Amino acid sequence: MPVETSLNIAALVSVGQHPVSGRARRADQDARAVELGLTLAGRSLSLVHVGDAGEPALRQYLGMGLHTMTVLQEAPEADAVQPLLQYFATHPADIVLAGVQAERGEASGLLPYLLAERLGWPLVPRIAQIRAIENGRAEVLQALPRGQRRALTVPLPFIATVDSAAPGARQTAFGPGQRGLFDIQRGVAQPDVARAEWMETQARPRPKRLNVVKAKSAAERFKAATAKPQGQGGQVMKQESSREKAQAIFDLLVAEGVIRQ
Amino acid sequence: MLDLLLPALLAAALGLLFAGALRRIRLWRRGRPEPVAFLAGLAAMPRRYLVDLHHVVERDRYMSNTHVATAGGFVLSMLLIVPVHLFGLESRWLNLALLLATLLMFCGAVFVFLRRRNPPARLSRGPWMRLPKNLLVFSASFFVLTLLSSGLLPEGFGGWVLGILLAAGVAFGLAEMLFGMGWGGPMKHAFAGALHLAFHRRPERFGGGRSTGLKPVDLGAPTLGVARPEDFTWNQLLGFDACVQCGRCEAVCPAFAAGQPLNPKKLIQDMVVGLAGGSDAGYAGSPYPGVEPGNASGAPHQPIVDGLLSAETLWSCTTCRACVEECPMMIEHVDAIVDMRRFLTLEKGETPNKGAEVLDNLIATDNPGGFAPDSRMNWAADLNLPLMAEVGRAEVLFWVSDGCFDMRSQRILRAFVEILKAAKVDFAVLGNEECDSGDLARRLGDDATFQSLARQNIAVLNRYRFERIVTTDPHAFHVLKNEYGDFGGHYEVLHHSTFINGLVRDGRLQLKAHKGGTVTYHDPCYLGRYNGEYEAPRALLNALNIELSEMERSGYRSRCCGGGGGAPITDIPGERRIADMRVEDARAVQADLIAVACQQCTAMLEGVVEPRPQIKDLAELVADALVEEVHEPRKAAMSPGPKTAVSQEQP
Repeated sequence: MPVETSLNIAALVSVGQHPVSGRARRADQDARAVELGLTLAGRSLSLVHVGDAGEPALRQYLGMGLHTMTVLQEAPEADAVQPLLQYFATHPADIVLAGVQAERGEASGLLPYLLAERLGWPLVPRIAQIRAIENGRAEVLQALPRGQRRALTVPLPFIATVDSAAPGARQTAFGPGQRGLFDIQRGVAQPDVARAEWMETQARPRPKRLNVVKAKSAAERFKAATAKPQGQGGQVMKQESSREKAQAIFDLLVAEGVIRQ
Repeated sequence: MLDLLLPALLAAALGLLFAGALRRIRLWRRGRPEPVAFLAGLAAMPRRYLVDLHHVVERDRYMSNTHVATAGGFVLSMLLIVPVHLFGLESRWLNLALLLATLLMFCGAVFVFLRRRNPPARLSRGPWMRLPKNLLVFSASFFVLTLLSSGLLPEGFGGWVLGILLAAGVAFGLAEMLFGMGWGGPMKHAFAGALHLAFHRRPERFGGGRSTGLKPVDLGAPTLGVARPEDFTWNQLLGFDACVQCGRCEAVCPAFAAGQPLNPKKLIQDMVVGLAGGSDAGYAGSPYPGVEPGNASGAPHQPIVDGLLSAETLWSCTTCRACVEECPMMIEHVDAIVDMRRFLTLEKGETPNKGAEVLDNLIATDNPGGFAPDSRMNWAADLNLPLMAEVGRAEVLFWVSDGCFDMRSQRILRAFVEILKAAKVDFAVLGNEECDSGDLARRLGDDATFQSLARQNIAVLNRYRFERIVTTDPHAFHVLKNEYGDFGGHYEVLHHSTFINGLVRDGRLQLKAHKGGTVTYHDPCYLGRYNGEYEAPRALLNALNIELSEMERSGYRSRCCGGGGGAPITDIPGERRIADMRVEDARAVQADLIAVACQQCTAMLEGVVEPRPQIKDLAELVADALVEEVHEPRKAAMSPGPKTAVSQEQP
């Protein structure tokens, strides 16, 4: 992989949440971002976290073979964008890697977009690989659904979010993780006012969409599982009256057995 | 001429022995410090040599007798040669004793020579092939010399020809026996071996004791585990140097037999190369299967992995301890392997194959499969088991272990619960409060995760009152019994085979005779070799009226199922599977059923393609044979009281 060695590459990491036990851990996509950064930049990769350096799960990132991590020490309710902007103003980076979305908190996946907007950089969502960086341009593979890839060329600097299709993160080693150092920088963030006004409630499992199996043969099932969805079936209603449209939806619900007449 | 030459030769050889010994000691002392009971160790050495070591050597009668004659003769000879030939002490009795000692040594050496004519594959060749000749030369030369000096032969006997011959013989003999002892010849084993017995890292093993629990890692140390030979403790290095290359470990190693790249003897020899520096070109025994010797080199300060050996060698070990059990020098192979694994896992993050995933699961969910930690009791949803959190105290704490997530193991657990209930045992389980015992993490070298699991479990256990812990899992049994003590958890722990046997002995269980074909019993390593429990499972099978058809390798020599030490997780390829070989052992005795006492063994042996003997856990066999009190409501109206249905048997 032709990569210019003088590049500054940073990975944004957050505290993740194990899907089964809910325990704090390194977030899966963030860890993949670190892995991608390590293959590009080796140990010169910088790790940046906004939050609390006292969180033990952060050491799992250091255990991937990095000596230090910059922690922008902030309260949990702080908005992470401001401290990151300030950090990148003093520590210029060529590529910033992050997970697609966090595993706890808002997990809206908006942070990279907000950061890119404020920095005025392009954002490449859901990359799986950076194939080459030459002459100030990076050749990036973007992950699309169903294993498809799209090659893009992006000018530096840019922000990329790393998809779960990227290579898995290496094992974290306890020893280096414990010995790694935190470079703690004190907070500048304002509290996230918008968020403070929100009311949080327990999530309820979203009802699953009914799976109508239309395939009759193994070949059809295979195609359904791998081919790009074509938007087959259904009909597009634009001209019809609202009543007709509502009737069509109602008929579908009856046909699929969601409601009974 | 000999009168002058002999004392000179002797003095020179003794001087060289001394210098070589000092050099060897300096090599060992490059290892990490480790406190030992210095004087007590030295004082205990003769007993350890004559009793403990001899017990192991005696498993091979031929070699045992040969060694007693040769080594005994040599030690006796040396003690007499110094006064007689170095200091010129003249005494008929001394001369006579020396004649007898050299004669004894000569006889022993003849048998060594016979053995070496066509040695088995496990023995190393190379310098070891010349050893019997030098033993013969040494003993014969000093025999004749003593004859001459004691005046039993006529003056001038043999003339100068004999003189030259004797001088050459003495020089060769002394070079092998004394110079070689300090400078790395085959006789090094006598010097290093004696000190190894004195400063053994597990002195509890002597005197019939048992010490099998791994020693904890200091998680605050600058490097965790062993990366370079000098990271071993000094007495571990000394232990490696004691190896006689007899290859008994090689002969019993399941990984070696399976063609995986591990040979315990070569591993120890590689460590010797590492501590002294050099390459393995001089190694003259069987190599690691599939790995050509001669390309490995090392030095005390150089990394072991990818210098002396490959990581695959370390991950092939099932930690079955067969090598340790067989080693006549009482070398601790498993400790060394786990120490090196610890470096790979804790420092490098290079646990192979599924290792990283399993360790992550243990950290995040307290079980290796990554199942929800609060689903531990799902297997017993219909059993109405008393929870410790509710009852607070019970006579027996049933340690369920991670078999609760595996459908096959659940059958064993349910069988055991049936037995507990039949015997009206006052028991309780921890339920979701139980975590993995940490065995797997520890064998994979992740002592950090092990210690955290152990501390969590100990904190939970200390909350409740119980008399003993009983478990169906020998791995959890071993860890709870032998490895939790280092973290403050001291409990009476029983394996279910021992416990059920006790119930039967006390008459708390009524059993009917087992029906069926030939039964053999597979000793789990962590129950047998690790904890010495060979009798209870056999007594229990006996109580079921089963006459065991023992496999060739059973008891302390039992072959591993291949499931220990995280071997199924790291999964290093070989030519055969260990489980296949074990089932082959059972087929050789025409067994229709293999009785096992470990869910890991059940999983491994049932993984062998059919047709093969049935695999059943002891708990299942006992549960099947329980004479139950059957309440039949319709008949109960006519004849009140429970009826004992002795005749109801399974077809």
